[in-house]
Amino acid sequence: MNYTFIALVENRPGVLNRVASLFRRRNFNIESLAVGRTEDPEVSRMTVVVDCPNGEMDAHKIEANLYKLVNVIDVQDVTHQPSVTRDLALIKVMVGPERRAEVNGLAEIFRARIVDVAADSVIVEITGTEDKIEGMIELLRPLGIVEMVRTGQVSMTRGVNDGVRRVPGVNGSRYDDVSELAEMTP
Amino acid sequence: MKKTGAEIVWECLTREGVEVVFGYPGGANMPLYDAMLSYPVHHVLVRHEQGGAHMADGYARASGKVGVAMATSGPGATNLVTGIATAMMDSVPVVFITGQVAAHLIGGDAFQEVDVTGITLPITKHNYLVTRADEIAETIREAFYIARSGRPGPVLIDICKNAQVESCEFVYPDEVKLPGYQPVMHSPRNLMEDAVKLIEKAHKPVILCGHGVIMSKAEEALMQFAVKTQTPVASTLLGLGAFPASNELSLGMMGMHGEVHTNLAIQNSDLILAFGMRFDDRVTGTLKTYAPRAKKIHIEIDPSEMHKNVAVDVPLVGDLKTVLTDLIPMVDEYDHEEWKQEINNWKAEADKRSIMNWVDDGKLYVAHLVADIWKATGGGAIVATDVGQHQMWTAQYYQLEKPNRWLTSGGAGTMGFGLPASIGAWFAAKDQEIWAVVGDGGFQMTAAELTTAVQEGANIKVAIMNNNFLGMVRQWQEFFFEKRYSAVDMLTPDFIKLADAHGVPARRVTSPDEVNEAIEWARKTKGPVVLEFKVEREDGVYPMVPAGAALDQMMQRPVKAG
Ligand SMILES: Cc1ncc(C[n+]2csc(CCOP(=O)(O)OP(=O)(O)O)c2C)c(N)n1
Repeated sequence: MNYTFIALVENRPGVLNRVASLFRRRNFNIESLAVGRTEDPEVSRMTVVVDCPNGEMDAHKIEANLYKLVNVIDVQDVTHQPSVTRDLALIKVMVGPERRAEVNGLAEIFRARIVDVAADSVIVEITGTEDKIEGMIELLRPLGIVEMVRTGQVSMTRGVNDGVRRVPGVNGSRYDDVSELAEMTP
Repeated sequence: MKKTGAEIVWECLTREGVEVVFGYPGGANMPLYDAMLSYPVHHVLVRHEQGGAHMADGYARASGKVGVAMATSGPGATNLVTGIATAMMDSVPVVFITGQVAAHLIGGDAFQEVDVTGITLPITKHNYLVTRADEIAETIREAFYIARSGRPGPVLIDICKNAQVESCEFVYPDEVKLPGYQPVMHSPRNLMEDAVKLIEKAHKPVILCGHGVIMSKAEEALMQFAVKTQTPVASTLLGLGAFPASNELSLGMMGMHGEVHTNLAIQNSDLILAFGMRFDDRVTGTLKTYAPRAKKIHIEIDPSEMHKNVAVDVPLVGDLKTVLTDLIPMVDEYDHEEWKQEINNWKAEADKRSIMNWVDDGKLYVAHLVADIWKATGGGAIVATDVGQHQMWTAQYYQLEKPNRWLTSGGAGTMGFGLPASIGAWFAAKDQEIWAVVGDGGFQMTAAELTTAVQEGANIKVAIMNNNFLGMVRQWQEFFFEKRYSAVDMLTPDFIKLADAHGVPARRVTSPDEVNEAIEWARKTKGPVVLEFKVEREDGVYPMVPAGAALDQMMQRPVKAG
């Protein structure tokens, strides 16, 4: 099953490499990885979707190992949390003028948009959940997809985050009243 | 005050209390070596960077402080790699400082340019590429803090040559700013209460004492806890020395070559208290049948170790010493007489097969030799080993009473570790007796460091257990490959002449009646000494849990005929 993690990381050179290397080293498969800036210029945000064949056990492992990276500030496993999830795809379909209307019709149903029209092709832009995008792709495929690009999934939990830094094994799902436990002693 | 980057490096190192560094110069770190001359730091010129890495590691293990090793860019840095991985696997705090080509050349395949931060990323706790002089102070401050705090480990700093030469204002930061790095010290109260409930119910508890006990300096707390609850203490390979071997609660080593009664105690226990250890496959045997009836309490500073190999009932993430100190007043006193008796019975039965009961047959056995060295040194020496049979026999028969005296590569199992580690340890404990017990194979991997020992006057005693075999591999071929010996029969040089060429006094010992005299001679002779023992070629390390077998399926030493 796929698990989704949000990681806030220090915006420093090489951090993406560290995260990617961790997944390779611990033998996990990344399904999708999206990185971008946040409201704080010193912090970047990653949404990582990972295949976890052993379910919660793997998810715990990933969360704990991400925390071990010195530049990782916060990790949240949002798989089972109410959240908004989006992916964006650009899909180039091989259609001449005679079948453009067909594509247009599909796009309307999926609330997608045609963002470029050439003599023998159009580019469709679609935003939504995995499922929705997959659905659109399936319907466009018979028309002839020539090129496609996807951003990878980005996620955000609903409501206001409680701000508690979760340390697996300490305040995982069962225990949650331990925000003062983390102590710095340089 | 303006200083060059190179000067800043030494300013920072001296402020971190560094007195000795192990290193090797080259093009990309020459400014560092030039600036070094003005600072009160002793530099040990090693013969190979791997040796330098192991020396810094041995120094760290013996002193409990952070070790420092240096190398130039490219091949200098890649030569460190084995030593870095060794420190990483055993959570040893070492700061590695490598030179790198000038920042504007990076990416252009300049002379001796290697992507060192890339190569060492998975084998360091953290690493840095420093391209400007004004980043140096903050980086070194952070590196030392990261290396020694939390779960300790190696940190590498790759410093571009231009950053060493350029000047900037020097201020040593008072504190580190690492928003994502916050080692947890205390465990939550409710979880500790859960642990106490399990301890109350237990009739057959066992403590598994790992390297974390030593790393967290929790030996005292462990003793108090064990005595108060009368819980027997089994040790991992790296946990040896954290609990005195002579204590009646000590069970000695567990695992693949652990003692019979120790492994039986674990398999039959109803409560496992794992302290600062990580359930490595070498200590658990197959996980399917591992301690099947035991509840498990795991105290460990690294959350990623929780449930990694063995699912536990109560995970207590935190600094071991802190958590134990919190826990001790919460637990009651017990006596567990029956349980201790049960274990003692297993021990008495197993002891019948002990090689220590063998009568002299004119041959040299490593187990006996280690026991002889133990007797001669009163069990108080610092002992370093390589990897192989001699390592296991030393673990079994050099019975340690105190921590920070046992230097062995556990997680990585790095041959060639022993000699350089013992040299590094000498810089941490010049007034202590230091022995390196090594195999003929492993010794040859880093033997060049003998010269380093001579140049530094390191007072170390090297015992080469020469079986003219890669003994441990031979043993596996004997047991598991129908005695088809492949690439294990090893010609060795004349070790006495080799030592002689280095200016090291040396003796060869071939029969049991020469042993004690030779050991005494080595102890009395100042400076490095080599003893070569021509040992029985095909002896096996017992007990042995074959890889992948259950922990209580031990092959025991055959009863000796006659
Ligand atoms: C660098 C390295 N290469 C290979 C091995 C695999 N290995 C483990 S034990 C061993 C044999 C060691 O032989 P020796 O040093 O003579 O010691 P003995 O086992 O005979 O005591 C080997 C080759 C290793 N642990 N480390």
